[in-house]
Amino acid sequence: MSGAEPLVAIEGASAGYGGAPVLRDLTFGIDPGEVVTLIGPNGGGKSTLVRLALGILKPSKGRVRRRPGLRVGYVPQRLAIDATLPLTVGRFLDLPVHRGPADKEDVLAETGITGFGGRAMQTLSGGEFQRALLARALLARPDLLVLDEPAQGVDHAGQAALYRLIAGLRDRRGCAVLLVSHDLHLVMAATDRVLCLNGHVCCAGTPEAIGADPAFADLFGDAAAGTLAVYRHHHDHRHALSGEAVQRAPRGQGADA
Amino acid sequence: MIPDFLLRAWLAGVGLAAVAGPLGCFVVWRRMAYFGDTLAHSALLGVTVGLLLGVNLVLAVAVACLLIACLVVLAQGQKRLATDTVLGILAHSSLALGLVTLGLVDWLRVDLMGYLFGDILAVSSLDLRLIWLGGPLLLLALWRLWPSLLFATLHEEMAQAEGLPVLALRLALMLMVALLIAAAMKIVGVLLITAMLILPPAASRVVARTPEAMAIGAALAGIAAVTGGLWFSLWADTPAGPSVVVAALVLFGLAQVGRLAVRV
Repeated sequence: MSGAEPLVAIEGASAGYGGAPVLRDLTFGIDPGEVVTLIGPNGGGKSTLVRLALGILKPSKGRVRRRPGLRVGYVPQRLAIDATLPLTVGRFLDLPVHRGPADKEDVLAETGITGFGGRAMQTLSGGEFQRALLARALLARPDLLVLDEPAQGVDHAGQAALYRLIAGLRDRRGCAVLLVSHDLHLVMAATDRVLCLNGHVCCAGTPEAIGADPAFADLFGDAAAGTLAVYRHHHDHRHALSGEAVQRAPRGQGADA
Repeated sequence: MIPDFLLRAWLAGVGLAAVAGPLGCFVVWRRMAYFGDTLAHSALLGVTVGLLLGVNLVLAVAVACLLIACLVVLAQGQKRLATDTVLGILAHSSLALGLVTLGLVDWLRVDLMGYLFGDILAVSSLDLRLIWLGGPLLLLALWRLWPSLLFATLHEEMAQAEGLPVLALRLALMLMVALLIAAAMKIVGVLLITAMLILPPAASRVVARTPEAMAIGAALAGIAAVTGGLWFSLWADTPAGPSVVVAALVLFGLAQVGRLAVRV
């Protein structure tokens, strides 16, 4: 899809929160229908990049172009609903504009929480809550879905199911997805492109290419790279026993993991 | 026979409670209670300036509250001081400034207690007209902004990402609260105004299933508190403002008891 106009194009942008920039000279774009996963250490700038792409944060340098009329659905990293606010799932789906009852039924079914319309948001489990957030974002028929660590607070079995749901969205709806996630092994199979951030783009490419990239292994340890490899490519490099290889073993030495 | 002054006070109180309920819901949901207190404190500075310039006090207080509200929004843009600290500075310095200025001007004789705790005798027919003209306008503005405000209340960045002008919304809400506080000063007094923004919504929360139901319930609870409080103050010769707040407290207590009773 490289021929199409990108939904969001970040060009040589730096951004931060007053002090030293969190992101420096970043260039990055999302094409229609593409699934991009952001990974990187805490403080590496994942959420900052999300804010730039969403237009919440203005770059201190460079620029961010968004396709005119771009419809965005956003699932933020943390959403705490005050206990004093009575809000059912059905009413939540009406924010910020009223939706038809049939549309709401459909999207609840699509996200696997059929019949939850009358439940209070505060009574949902972690997984149900994230699905409700996703359902609301989908109602806007977004061209771009932005999910900032959507599986936070979801138990392990629920995480896998949630990522399967997210992976299916692009196929069903054709929307692009920008995903921030630590759960490398769960998201990689459905990802077109991985962007590894550590203040700058530390490495980028298909999950296969990232798994084999020395920069990735330096950042996450060889074990993480191996995890990626399980899904996508033949495993042909070496690991330290701990998996937390600080010093990468030169070829021909060290044990095969 | 109901005395004229009491009828004026009651009509003014009903007009205020009808706006304070829905507006107070946002104060509760957004945890802005201290912001309301800050504006209320600064109202006394407005009283002083209004007396010095000889203008209508509701207008003077409205201007003072609007200025303080703008200062708070501006101050939220910086990161050096927490909002809490900014509010504390503004609340007490504006109150102190108002009192000191009053002390400096020796030709002014002011019934301070009336402003601190409300003085229903002081509700003029001009005040009443201001409330009944301004109140519906405030409600109309709130109704138009309601979905956007509610969305921004849940998560400001989510609202911003989806194209809502969150800063303008925040400012609009603060300005509405400022106007309400200015208008409410004579009924319940500077020190008790925030109670009318908090207690009725808190009472209404118990029965409400949707944000809108909570807003309507809060307006009704506020009107009931004004009615009951004023009646009690006339009957038992107690100060009107505190009586209204106590009536609201009683409603809140009844709602809590009712909730427990239903649960058992």
